[in-house]
Amino acid sequence: MTTEKISEKRINGAQAVIKSLEMEGVEVIFGYPGGAILPVYDPLIDTPIRHILVRHEQGAGHMAEGYAHATGKPGVCMVTSGPAATNVVTALADAYLDSVPMVCITGQVALPNIGTDAFQEVDTTGITRSITKHNYLVTKAEDIPRIIHEAFHIATTGRPGPVLVDIPKSIVAANNPDAHFDWYYPDTIDLPGYNPEFEINVEQINQAVEMLLEAERPVLYVGGGVLKARAAEVLLELAELGDIPVVTTLMARGAFPDSHELCLGMPGMHGNYTAITAIQKSDLLIAMGSRFDDRVTGKVDAFAPEAKVVHVDIDPAEHGKIRAPELAIAGDCNDVMKAIVAKIVSDSAKFADHTAWRDTIRGWQERYPLVYEQSEEGEYLKPQFVIEQIAQSCPADTIVTAGVGQHQMWASQFWKFDHPYTWINSGGLGTMGFSIPAAIGAKAAMPDRMVWAIDGDGCFQMTAQELITAAVDKIPVKVALINNAYLGMVRQWQELFYDERYSEVHFGYDVPDYVKWSESMGCAAFKVDKIDDVRSTIDKANAINDRPVVIDFRCLSSEKVYPMVVAGGPNDDVIVHPSQAEEN
Amino acid sequence: MSGINRSLQTIAALVENRAGVLARVSDLFARRGYNIHSLTVAPTPDPAFSRITIVVNVDSAPLEQVVKQLFKLVNVVEIEELIHEAAYERELLIAVVNVATNKPELMSLITNLNGNVLTDSDSQLAFSVEANPSQINQLEKQLEGFDIISQQRSGRIAAPKIGVTVPKTTAKA
Ligand SMILES: Cc1ncc(C[n+]2csc(CCOP(=O)(O)OP(=O)(O)O)c2C)c(N)n1
Ligand SMILES: [Mg+2]
Repeated sequence: MTTEKISEKRINGAQAVIKSLEMEGVEVIFGYPGGAILPVYDPLIDTPIRHILVRHEQGAGHMAEGYAHATGKPGVCMVTSGPAATNVVTALADAYLDSVPMVCITGQVALPNIGTDAFQEVDTTGITRSITKHNYLVTKAEDIPRIIHEAFHIATTGRPGPVLVDIPKSIVAANNPDAHFDWYYPDTIDLPGYNPEFEINVEQINQAVEMLLEAERPVLYVGGGVLKARAAEVLLELAELGDIPVVTTLMARGAFPDSHELCLGMPGMHGNYTAITAIQKSDLLIAMGSRFDDRVTGKVDAFAPEAKVVHVDIDPAEHGKIRAPELAIAGDCNDVMKAIVAKIVSDSAKFADHTAWRDTIRGWQERYPLVYEQSEEGEYLKPQFVIEQIAQSCPADTIVTAGVGQHQMWASQFWKFDHPYTWINSGGLGTMGFSIPAAIGAKAAMPDRMVWAIDGDGCFQMTAQELITAAVDKIPVKVALINNAYLGMVRQWQELFYDERYSEVHFGYDVPDYVKWSESMGCAAFKVDKIDDVRSTIDKANAINDRPVVIDFRCLSSEKVYPMVVAGGPNDDVIVHPSQAEEN
Repeated sequence: MSGINRSLQTIAALVENRAGVLARVSDLFARRGYNIHSLTVAPTPDPAFSRITIVVNVDSAPLEQVVKQLFKLVNVVEIEELIHEAAYERELLIAVVNVATNKPELMSLITNLNGNVLTDSDSQLAFSVEANPSQINQLEKQLEGFDIISQQRSGRIAAPKIGVTVPKTTAKA
């Protein structure tokens, strides 16, 4: 053991890791110890950084994501080598596909053992190469401050994403004289191949403004990039200035207030009719930090066939990846929209008249609102009703996370989001089990905010053990378990496309006993199967602040998510709710 | 010139000379379904950097996408697009051939392309030829009738022609 203290200039590699994290302003690490990372867990005792001990490394990764989604700051997780590194892979991939800023530190076997199939050795940088924005294998202790500084820089600038730093045990071992060096912390970055800054190109802005002014049927197609750029304010300004309808993708819910008259809601496979159809009929699509994901476009050739496209994205590789834009602008959505607004204001420019367009849209909205039918007396609950009831009984700034499946779509549809950074979900990877750890990460970041996880029974069984973390570490999240006894989304596909042949999707309502299980993990837990008990139980849950709460909402298995566009089908063919079908 | 294959385009990437960079590049091509026809890599005079010259089949993806995705790699500093007309393109072929009766024919192929004889024994000839890729393609065809012991080509390298400005994506200020 070293006798040196962290405050002294001479420092060992393990101390350097912790001190570098302190220098980056890290408040919370989500992690799990083990052999290779052990040396780094020793100086952890002496740091003011909070460490949250998870129950599975995937949970650490999703918590770091939840933290990052809620705050915009990079989430940090730390795990050991081998199986721990592979456990965190899912969360890295999730963060990569949803552009979540995150730094993941993994232990690695000692340098001399690398390549020998040593105990708990995997090629972590190899495995994670295609699911990280960048990764590092550190080979010298004195590189630790530089690499950690670079990792945070890369994770948080340009298009954000996860960065992994793999650190061999030998260079953090306190008893290795080679792992000691004179402490420094770089204040500059030397990455000759990395320049995420884009200057505003006046000509492009002018051209964008010209196209905006001319358009008769414009739609702002807003994606997660707007949230990453913290551009919700200027988006509102632009939309109101130009009287431009807005759709917010699954990754952008909350970037524009749902209660605003210009908001058309979510587009895509389970988006609402008006959002999908407005895009289809638009003559100008302003794609703002969105990436023409297949769940939004359906059949690409049939997507927005009449529209010219202005595509604003900080990642130029998104331009033309799926759809060739008439105008591509590489840049930060906030900067670009500000420049567009400034140009319009300074020119006192006039937009084309959108009255007819707005009327058409209103017509769709009136005919095809999002609907569901309340369940009958004696039946189990409708998930949509449950979600609406939670939304109505919570503060407007409540943070909502979701798992993946039907409940996720209903949460996105039936929760009305009026604030940015209140909706956290797994869009790109579609990771079941995301909601509970993500909620814990968000609540750890913002203890004063109410945080609800809308979860499915399938998802719950993947990551529920993190509720132990939440109970023990006093992170009182609330979980609405939409228990439909099925892997509901898969069941829906089997019902519609596989002749109701239900293959391996039935879970049942009663095993596990979710109330007992939750209680055993230190949570308060309730079961609700009657409409009349929904609101009162939610109120009870909202009043509990000393531990996590789980409500097992018994929901109908047969309920389906509408509207729906068949995967790969054209967005002109929207399957609406059966009650609206005749009118179609 | 016959034999120019428009589906094959050359890009030259200046990369940081760090462990794993080549793996990052080849992984990217594999995962995005871009077909590599040839790939060569060597350090530049500044040992901090290497140059990777990749001939990519643009039928598998538009060149613009390939360049943009490649440029996203943190260690890639600069990419030049070297279309045929804009670039000097060169490849090296080395071969060892059994020559019983047809040595004069082989010698004339070699001298036509200003090749070098490396070893001239009675029964075998070792030689190298440096030429543009379509000439090398042609030479390979012509060698089909010979009794080849070993034959290798280097993969293409290229540089912009004098007076020509090629499209460049760069992180340099
Ligand atoms: C890790 C993982 N495995 C499998 C899937 C495929 N999948 C998508 S939704 C779904 C069903 C989810 O079931 P549940 O959590 O009960 O939600 P529900 O659809 O019933 O609301 C499955 C299996 C996935 N998205 N993620
Ligand atoms: Mg379910």
